[in-house]
Amino acid sequence: MTRKKIVNATLLFTLTIPVLIFIYLPIAWLVISSVSTRVELLSVPMHWIPQNPTLKNYIDILTPGATTSEVARTFKVTMRNSLLVASSVTLICLLVGSLAAYALVRIEFPFRRTMLIGILGTRMIPEISLVIPLYVLASRLSLLNSPLVLIITYLSFALPFAIWLMAAFFETIPTELEDVARIDGCSRLRTLFQIIIPISAPGLVSTALFIFLLAWDEFFFALIFTSTISAKTVPVAIAEFTGRYAVDITAMMTGGVLAALPPVLLALIFQRYIVSGLTAGAIKG
Amino acid sequence: MLSPPHKKRLTLRQQDARIGLVLVAPSLFIIVAISLQPILTTLYLSFFETTLGKTSPDIFRGLGNYIRLLADPLFWQSIWRTLYFTFVSVGIELVLGIAIAQLIHSHPPGWRFLRASLIIPWAVPTIVNGAMWRWIYNADYGALNGLLKQTGVIDRYIPWLIHPASAMNLVILADIWHSVPFIALILQSALATLPIELEEAAAVDGANAWQRFVSIRLPLLRSAILVALVIRTVEAFRVFDIIYVITNGGPAFGTVTISFLTYLETFTYGHMGRGSALSFLISVFTLVMALIYIRLLYRPEETRA
Repeated sequence: MTRKKIVNATLLFTLTIPVLIFIYLPIAWLVISSVSTRVELLSVPMHWIPQNPTLKNYIDILTPGATTSEVARTFKVTMRNSLLVASSVTLICLLVGSLAAYALVRIEFPFRRTMLIGILGTRMIPEISLVIPLYVLASRLSLLNSPLVLIITYLSFALPFAIWLMAAFFETIPTELEDVARIDGCSRLRTLFQIIIPISAPGLVSTALFIFLLAWDEFFFALIFTSTISAKTVPVAIAEFTGRYAVDITAMMTGGVLAALPPVLLALIFQRYIVSGLTAGAIKG
Repeated sequence: MLSPPHKKRLTLRQQDARIGLVLVAPSLFIIVAISLQPILTTLYLSFFETTLGKTSPDIFRGLGNYIRLLADPLFWQSIWRTLYFTFVSVGIELVLGIAIAQLIHSHPPGWRFLRASLIIPWAVPTIVNGAMWRWIYNADYGALNGLLKQTGVIDRYIPWLIHPASAMNLVILADIWHSVPFIALILQSALATLPIELEEAAAVDGANAWQRFVSIRLPLLRSAILVALVIRTVEAFRVFDIIYVITNGGPAFGTVTISFLTYLETFTYGHMGRGSALSFLISVFTLVMALIYIRLLYRPEETRA
């Protein structure tokens, strides 16, 4: 019996190896490329381990000098834009969305169910179906190239999603708890902020994570609505490394690692919340 | 006749309803302003011939934009390409996702590490994923050519991205790397909630592992699988970002999907009316998928995934 178990475990373990290779091989190459010199990357025949590993690419992109390309020089600014946009969207979604989610799962009012389903529906509207009117409107209000236009338009996918996730979390909280508070004379808002929100903290963390990752990842609206450094986000900057004539490969890989670090670290640190969020809402792709 | 306390309850309930509406109002306003209004405007614009810069006045075309689209071979090619991308990538992702979920669920040594590892490709931004694979597929210095040459699979470097078919399949490979973890993670957490009694009973009755998997586990996972399937199908159907970075629609329109065609029509050629018609068609498809999704979620007899 135990012998069979050991054989079984070994068999299953060997199955995990190809999966791990498939996951890590591309990432390893991304990271290796970011610490290699251009000369080494473009040498034929290719070798896998850099002979002169260097952090020069990172130094170039983080403390830009005159020698670096323009996209690389402005990369830090685009990181800041992305951070500003993603955290603003997250905050607005948590604040506005938690009110709506609470009302939708706990308070009886007309068209409640219709609204909940409608919100789930709007979550699935593709960005491309909204972009033309939003573009016309943004250019009329001269909002193009400002972080504000991204914050506002990102709400189109982030808010319905946040409401949906939070509603799923609020639903798991027993109603008895609120009933007691309400009998003690707590108002609806006080019940929400002093009872529901503290208990559903894990749900809120998970929602905040998903919204932040979603906003950090967004590319299409940023591509259409921003073309200058005042609002351009990281994904747009990385796409620009693949310029018309030459690809600045080391800068692109270094930028790629830097752009991937915040979401990957957040997701790994808050792994538990990601998994529970996936279960609750069944989510982002 | 209503007794006084009952009457008081009723007004309390009305008050409550008012509070509910007030709490929902800000979200509702935002959703109407930046989702519903634009999508209706898109529908409206799709009946006109109008350009992005607005130098010429709008001309009403009725269904003209739609009719011209249906007669355009590029439209049909992009539809077929989108369907190919969607079915192949989602199909492979689903099979691999179920397999990996099952693998994690069997708790081999290091399964926690495997589960944590899956989060990485999922969290890597789509554009970074695209850039990474574009570099791997590079014809002259790419890791794919290097690897295949050194292991003796190919004799000389292949310019992968200059043939439409291989370009499309390699975009699909990049998408698989990014999306399999999503399906695997959803399904493995669904697996963790399944009751084991049924399978134990089946094992006692002599059912082997494969029989138990097919006839007990898969049916119990049905709703989780369907939810993952619908979400991924909707996403795959609107694929844009990864194509923009890896092939930019090339070679020779070989990877232009329906979203990419909409982007080209609207923002490269400035045909706003045609672009609107295209994007409205994408919305209609999405709406159909959304309805399926809602029906799946609101099945009372099954647990939500």
